[in-house]
Amino acid sequence: MSAGVNDDDVEREMTMNDAAADIAADTAQHTALDTAAESQAQLSAEIEAGHRAYEKGLQEGAPEELGPRRNWPPYRSSLLRHPTKDLHHADPETIELFAPVFGERDIGALEADLTVQHNGEPIGERIVVRGRVVDGQGRPVRRQLVEVWQANAAGRYIHKRDQHPAPIDPNFTGIGRMLTDDDGWYQFQTIKPGPYPWKNHFNAWRPAHIHFSLFGRELTQRIVTQMYFPGDPLFPLDPIFQSIHDPRARERLVATYDHDVSQHEWATGYRWDIVLTGSHRTWTEPEDGDE
Amino acid sequence: MSELLPPTPGQTVGPFFGYALPYARGNELVEPGTPGAVRLHGTVYDGAGAPVPDALIEIWQTDPAGKVVARSGSLLRDGTFTGWGRAETDREGGYWFRTLNPGATEPGRAPFFVVTVFARGLQDRLFTRAYLPDATTDDVVALIPGPLENDPLLASLEPERRATLVTAREPDGSLRFDIRLQGERETVFLTYDEGPAAGKDGVGA
Repeated sequence: MSAGVNDDDVEREMTMNDAAADIAADTAQHTALDTAAESQAQLSAEIEAGHRAYEKGLQEGAPEELGPRRNWPPYRSSLLRHPTKDLHHADPETIELFAPVFGERDIGALEADLTVQHNGEPIGERIVVRGRVVDGQGRPVRRQLVEVWQANAAGRYIHKRDQHPAPIDPNFTGIGRMLTDDDGWYQFQTIKPGPYPWKNHFNAWRPAHIHFSLFGRELTQRIVTQMYFPGDPLFPLDPIFQSIHDPRARERLVATYDHDVSQHEWATGYRWDIVLTGSHRTWTEPEDGDE
Repeated sequence: MSELLPPTPGQTVGPFFGYALPYARGNELVEPGTPGAVRLHGTVYDGAGAPVPDALIEIWQTDPAGKVVARSGSLLRDGTFTGWGRAETDREGGYWFRTLNPGATEPGRAPFFVVTVFARGLQDRLFTRAYLPDATTDDVVALIPGPLENDPLLASLEPERRATLVTAREPDGSLRFDIRLQGERETVFLTYDEGPAAGKDGVGA
């Protein structure tokens, strides 16, 4: 709890239900950030300075970066939440060289269609997203869990803390789960999410994206990430996307329009392949099969 | 090393995972009253010592005999021990799991939970380990675990750093594992990558 909470505050808080209390706390936090009102120009200057330093380092022999910076001040929420020390190398032990097993009984077949979870059709541009999950050697990640979540077509999340004035769609929750097939393919149907505002700075907008949670063949390959749509004009302005300093690495998060995935008079299609490299170790077949 | 495909980078789990990733009984790997059930719990703190109320913690572990479980059922709990669980932190930054003690996978190795941390404001997941504090186990079929000081990871750390990876046995028998994302007593977070620059910020994926 925050410091300086007086008894009245505590009592008032106890009388509110959880959702209301959360919203109140969140609003207070947002108000505080809003008063800072840093401009996009300031943030963009910070982003550009960071990227210039990276390019200079590359020229001087620094390693190519494959992931996001954790210590990346333009994403203000990261300031107190990034480790200050380098990650410590550990040789993966047995348990880390295996991943949890998920099966058909864990999820329903309809969970891969985000457009059929309510009584009516959600509003928006119907899309199909398809791709293949492979390891660093290009081998398929078979029968593994893929979880997705996203905003609706108006850029609004069902989450109670998303209170920005865009409409909720009663026919869209924005959660999907599926297993990859025997060749590592996943596919789901959804509505194209809209961009949405956030409180990082004044007039801050996130490029449209779908969140992905992925498991590989071993736990070291576990990632959570975001898939973006091609050509988004918000890319250069977004501190989260730009936390990945290397432009080639950023490009790996952008889906491509794929006409072979589009469906006649039904949906446009996007292709996004995923590579989970983990510890780079050679994978060994688990001894126990599922069920 | 042969030529590898470049990895897909991670991105933050963001603020709005709470309606999507947590699920019923995600943190209950075993039912109440299961013999050997243990409570693994703790608080996630930021660099100012404030609790982190929007983090997601996952654990992955062997069973008490040190066996890697390869069974589905983690998302729809039916009493099968799957070795994997997920918990979101509450408004005070706290999380808990009801599970079993992990066992050693090889004789002489120290048993631990693999812990993965996600949070708003954290750009990419963090891996760490939560070791059992005592090299003993109630399970007679378990391999005899080794002392903590022989563990290769723990032995490679300064004592103060090492302490961040060892759970504390509370008077009620539960295991406490606090996670500090930053600052004094910052938890040791791991990379499994090799190479001199592997642990540098941004280099790995």
